[in-house]
Amino acid sequence: MFDNIFGIHEKALLLHEQRVSVLANNLANANTPNFKARDIDFAAVLGNAAGETSLPVAVTNAAHFSLNQDPVALDDLQYRNPFQASLDGNTVETPVEQAAFSENNVRYQASLTFINSDIAELQLAIVGQ
Amino acid sequence: MSLFSVFNVSGSALNAETVRLNTTASNLANAESADGDPTKVYRGRHAVFQTMMDQTDSSWDGASASAGVRVLGVVESTAPPTMRFQPDNPKANKDGYVYSSNVNSIEEMTNMISANRSFATNVECINTARDLLLKTIAMGH
Repeated sequence: MFDNIFGIHEKALLLHEQRVSVLANNLANANTPNFKARDIDFAAVLGNAAGETSLPVAVTNAAHFSLNQDPVALDDLQYRNPFQASLDGNTVETPVEQAAFSENNVRYQASLTFINSDIAELQLAIVGQ
Repeated sequence: MSLFSVFNVSGSALNAETVRLNTTASNLANAESADGDPTKVYRGRHAVFQTMMDQTDSSWDGASASAGVRVLGVVESTAPPTMRFQPDNPKANKDGYVYSSNVNSIEEMTNMISANRSFATNVECINTARDLLLKTIAMGH
């Protein structure tokens, strides 16, 4: 019963946490020559984690490939396409990264709020008043 | 916990930007220094940044996420010093010329603004990570 009480928010929280460090790293290297900004394709990774990427593929023959889905494939870091490439080979665009950072921040807090309300509900049920 | 790595990553950036601000301050302070010998005159200094790869972070396979930035070194500008005719300058050579430093003050000012903005951005990152961590610690209360 308690295996999955927080639903997708548990995984979302972990992913958001990892994305914070990726984006902080981009911002830290905003002035490093030849640094390439990276990011997580959030929807794809979370879809993977939730097993919602595609319909399950039936393996009816030994020659068929099975699509075993890793819970969270952490080599999902992808390079960002800059709007305007800079001469020193750096692809960090500080405003883009800042926007992504604050969006991620809000989403993290949203997941946290959902988990907190789940905990509050459970506590209410346990106390029974 | 990757949120803790933000402190290392952004902290390294704060350090790197501080070095950059230091070189800028040094360059601006010496912008007007002059000498009769072109090899002895002050030359503009610039910090060179490099991404630091943290291979010890095992939570990311292959492509390491938390890296940060470090100062690879400080290079001196190779631009030629400008020659000025100042026969009354005690440092002037026998022809009455002094060589003034090759610091470009406008370039240094823009460098300073850039370093300032980057510093503020990274402080903001640290503050955000701290807030998120504090909220996570308070989970369920």
